[in-house]
Amino acid sequence: MKQLLTGNEAAAEAAIQAGCRYYYGYPITPQNELINYMSVRMPQVGGTFIQAESEIAAINMVYGSAAAGGRAMTSSSSPGISLKQEGISYLAGSELPCVIVNIQRGGPGLGDISASQADYFQAVKGGGHGDYHTIVLAPCSVQEMADLVYDAFDLADKYRNPVMILGDAQIGQLMEPMEFHKKPQKNLPIKNWALTGAAGRKKNVIKSFYPVKGELEEFNAHLQKKYKMIAEHEVRYEAINVNNADIILVAYGTSARICKEVVKKSHRFEFKVGLIRPITLWPFPTDIIRKMSEMVQCILTVEMSAGQMVEDVRLSVEGRCPVHFYGRTGGGVPTSLEIIKKIAEIVPDNRVAHTLLQLTEVK
Amino acid sequence: MQSIYEKPKMLIDTATHFCPGCGHGIVMRLIAEIIDEWGIRDKTIGLAPVGCAVLAYNYLDIDMCEAAHGRPPAVATGIKRVHPDRVVFAYQGDGDLAAIGMAEIIHTANRAENITFIFVNNAIYGMTNGQMAPTTLLMQKTATTPSGRDPINYGYPIRICELLAVLEGSSYLERVSVSSPENVRKTKKALEKGFRTQTEKKGFSLIEILSPCPIYWRMDANESMKYIDEEMSSAFPLGVVKDWEN
Repeated sequence: MKQLLTGNEAAAEAAIQAGCRYYYGYPITPQNELINYMSVRMPQVGGTFIQAESEIAAINMVYGSAAAGGRAMTSSSSPGISLKQEGISYLAGSELPCVIVNIQRGGPGLGDISASQADYFQAVKGGGHGDYHTIVLAPCSVQEMADLVYDAFDLADKYRNPVMILGDAQIGQLMEPMEFHKKPQKNLPIKNWALTGAAGRKKNVIKSFYPVKGELEEFNAHLQKKYKMIAEHEVRYEAINVNNADIILVAYGTSARICKEVVKKSHRFEFKVGLIRPITLWPFPTDIIRKMSEMVQCILTVEMSAGQMVEDVRLSVEGRCPVHFYGRTGGGVPTSLEIIKKIAEIVPDNRVAHTLLQLTEVK
Repeated sequence: MQSIYEKPKMLIDTATHFCPGCGHGIVMRLIAEIIDEWGIRDKTIGLAPVGCAVLAYNYLDIDMCEAAHGRPPAVATGIKRVHPDRVVFAYQGDGDLAAIGMAEIIHTANRAENITFIFVNNAIYGMTNGQMAPTTLLMQKTATTPSGRDPINYGYPIRICELLAVLEGSSYLERVSVSSPENVRKTKKALEKGFRTQTEKKGFSLIEILSPCPIYWRMDANESMKYIDEEMSSAFPLGVVKDWEN
């Protein structure tokens, strides 16, 4: 049955349907629909809802419930996610599975409450201290928000790793018809490491402290091996209109929705525009972007930031073709026309300029 | 021959990293004794803090969890909500609980979480070489109060039990010390009461234990115990501060 929900509500309900029974949050716009929804739904399913005293407390409550073997989640928006970084580093260092939802808003500092994609670096490069990665999933619709939240819990449990859902104010507050199709859980490893009271077994210890020389390096090698395995098996992206494309757009989340419109409009061009939409931002879809870079004239990365993901695109391309960037910041959202104008600017081809002129006249 | 004093089974037979004369070993032994005597190894989960007691999980043979500096109350909350029938305790020092983790301990008490907190107050940051703690006594010399703690610049020692007592969510608060065999016995009784507060689901309990740090107090072990009795205990009066049974 289709329902009309905001992305925030869809994330909350999907978490509950995925078996999350421990939610800890702190109010911050634009993710408030999520915490409000959880305060109603968690008691209905016998779960725990706590409005924590801070984002720091919330992420540490998640740490506790994850260590105890529960499916736990927290959500926030950019400034609040900054506060959670300490906890996320500890979660990664203690190999605890959990889900963190970031409904991004503008920054730096208090910024504003409108949609932004300026937390990309923080999300995919670690964010906290130490060599670690969180798996980062980027939905571009309310439906995909729900679908990715299910997957986030499974991925977290599969790899004993925190998973971040990187949305933005538009994805979080937009209402769209969607459906919950709860999938049966895959064969996930048993949590025999969890703290339950050491009944009939050796004690379990959850920790990230390795003071004996050499132990920490060994543990880091283990983490890196795990990250390599994740990078090999879990990359996800959507490719649209990429066969024989002249130019490829790379964008995720809200920016990708606008780029899809550009691709659609470009059918009137004699010039072919394709789109690679990363769904996993970490691990990044490096291989497909590299492959595309050998076939196209150039790549244009579109973000609601001053240019963050474009660095990973350039690292994937390694100079095989020019990589351009178009971005808006501080609540600015790129329009399809702006993107087409940018394409006309970077592609020395009259056909694009001609089509652009037509589009502008139609408008 | 009858044995009258033994190493508790829950205390792992290993060398500890504690300095000579440190009080942490006494407190850990008491926790191990209680877990043995109550037969609750199967249902106990402990939290180790950042600071001198971080390696508690190397000494206690029970399920244990580390927490970031100041965060044991939040982590313990997360554990207790998953396992409400287990005995969950957090072991914290004065920097952990009364400085960086003040928000967490107050709000955990305020939610009346059914958890026992063991607060070891030695009025100093031991692991980082002896800086001022929130509980450092007035005029006490530390690495960061080289002329002594002057309240004009550094504020006053914080009395945690009294602070938490005003919250409706706190149920049992007692301050004890490990300065003498008699006080150690009292400490054990207070810890047992704390655990019982939890098993009878009476809510938040905290036992503040005045404990020596001879190395960073620049004293020998005997002087340290005397310092607890004569100086510390007047700034931090021993006794029950709040009790749900009275």
